[in-house]
This record gives sequence, structure tokens and C-alpha cells, in this order.
Amino acid sequence: MKFEKIKSILSTKNVGIAGCGGLGSNCAVALARVGIGKLVLADFDIIEESNLNRQYFFYDQIGKPKVFSLKENILRINPSIKIEEYNIKLSEKEIVDLYKNCDVIVEAFDKAEMKEMIVETVQTFFPEKYLVCGVGLAGWGGNDLIRTERFGNLFIVGDQLNETNEDDPPLAPRVGIVANMMANVVLEILLGKDK
Amino acid sequence: MKIILNNKEEILNTNLEKLTIAQLLELKKFSFPRLIVRVNDRLIKKEEYDKTYFVDGDKVDVIHMISGG
Repeated sequence: MKFEKIKSILSTKNVGIAGCGGLGSNCAVALARVGIGKLVLADFDIIEESNLNRQYFFYDQIGKPKVFSLKENILRINPSIKIEEYNIKLSEKEIVDLYKNCDVIVEAFDKAEMKEMIVETVQTFFPEKYLVCGVGLAGWGGNDLIRTERFGNLFIVGDQLNETNEDDPPLAPRVGIVANMMANVVLEILLGKDK
Repeated sequence: MKIILNNKEEILNTNLEKLTIAQLLELKKFSFPRLIVRVNDRLIKKEEYDKTYFVDGDKVDVIHMISGG
């Protein structure tokens, strides 16, 4: 498939990004580069210096809300993308309201309880909708442990093993790998496996 | 009992003809606090773990949700 054709298919698609930290910012940028029609971004956090070890933000954006800075960065890469941004903490109700029209939802939260909440919400309210989750990305190395596992229309990307904590922080390479694998799964869903 | 657990064939060491999700978690020592459970592609909520049964041949997913993003 030629890139023009890929872009024309993707330009009609709408992807929800739930969380704009390490996974969400990198996944959204990858999707923006290939020409997704619309992204729905949500996050409640502001950019801190410690985020710059993995998140798609710049030093001069420290202190700003992540959703607004991510929108700015995406539009600098590809100004034709439509972006809806919400500077809010997502709960069940907002997930249903904001993402009901998305073709695919990308789960890009940090905390396990939030990951659990969005999977339960999407599978309860939209059992047919595709959901791509990032699970297990702490530390470095172990390229061969990172994989995609499919459970119906739920895709789990990561090593499903390494939880982040003070002694095993998230770092750009592994977080970027998982985020880009998630974007790659989104393309497989939207374009099909057949090249 | 033979089921498909997390996309793989799994033989459960039990004489019972049906098991609840709660019994499965106990049997497999799945004690992680944040879990997604699905039986035949349907989400099972936590409050249903002790009243949702599965039988031989069913497809059961138990996914551990861990922090990091």
C-alpha cells in the first residue's frame, strides 16, 4: 500500500489517547506522523522536569499542562490533524463521553488502578470497541520480553512483568518501544494486516 | 478440567465440573490486586468472581494490570 493510500485511510480515523505521559505522548506523535485524522487527548497533569526522560515534551514546556503542550507539538509535526484536548482527570463517565466515537482507544495511564478502570469501563460500555493497553515497561534492556498479546478486541503491549517504582523507573527507550508498538497495533487495527 | 487460560491450554488440577473465578484465582495463586478477568470474551467484574462459573473448554483471561506509563 502506498503512503498516499495509507494516509487517506487514516485521515478518516479517530483515535482516543487516555493519558499523555510517556506512553500517550509518544504514541500520539507516531500516529500524528502517519496522518491519523483525529486524536482525542486527555490528561490532568502538568509537565515536570522529571518527565523529560521519556515524554514527548521540551524543556521550555515545564509547568504547562501536558494536553496543551502535546497538541502544540503534534501540530508542529502535522498541522492537518484535528485534535480535541481535555485537561481533566478521566473517570468512567468522561471515558464514555469523550471516546464513544473513537475507532480505537489507547490506554496510556501510569497507575495500575487507572488501567484497570478504563479496561472495565470500555469492556462494559463498548464491548465491541478496540482498546490497546501498555502493561510492563519499567527499566531497560529485555527487548525480547516486550510483546503484544491479544484478548478479543483488547490488546496488551509490554512485558506484563516490570512495574515502575523508584528503583525501576520508566526510561525513554523502553517506554518509547512500547508506545510505538501500541501505535503499530492501532495501524494494524485500522489498516488491516494485509499490506 | 481443561480450559484456554490466557490464550494457552491449561489443565486445572480439580475434580470439580465447574469452577468460579474466585476458585481459579486461588488455585493459580493469582493474588495481584489489579486484574482484568474475562470469560469467553466477556468482562467479569470483581463482585461477580465468586458467582461466575466456567467449565471445561471455556476461554478464560486473567490479565495483571501493573503500573507504568
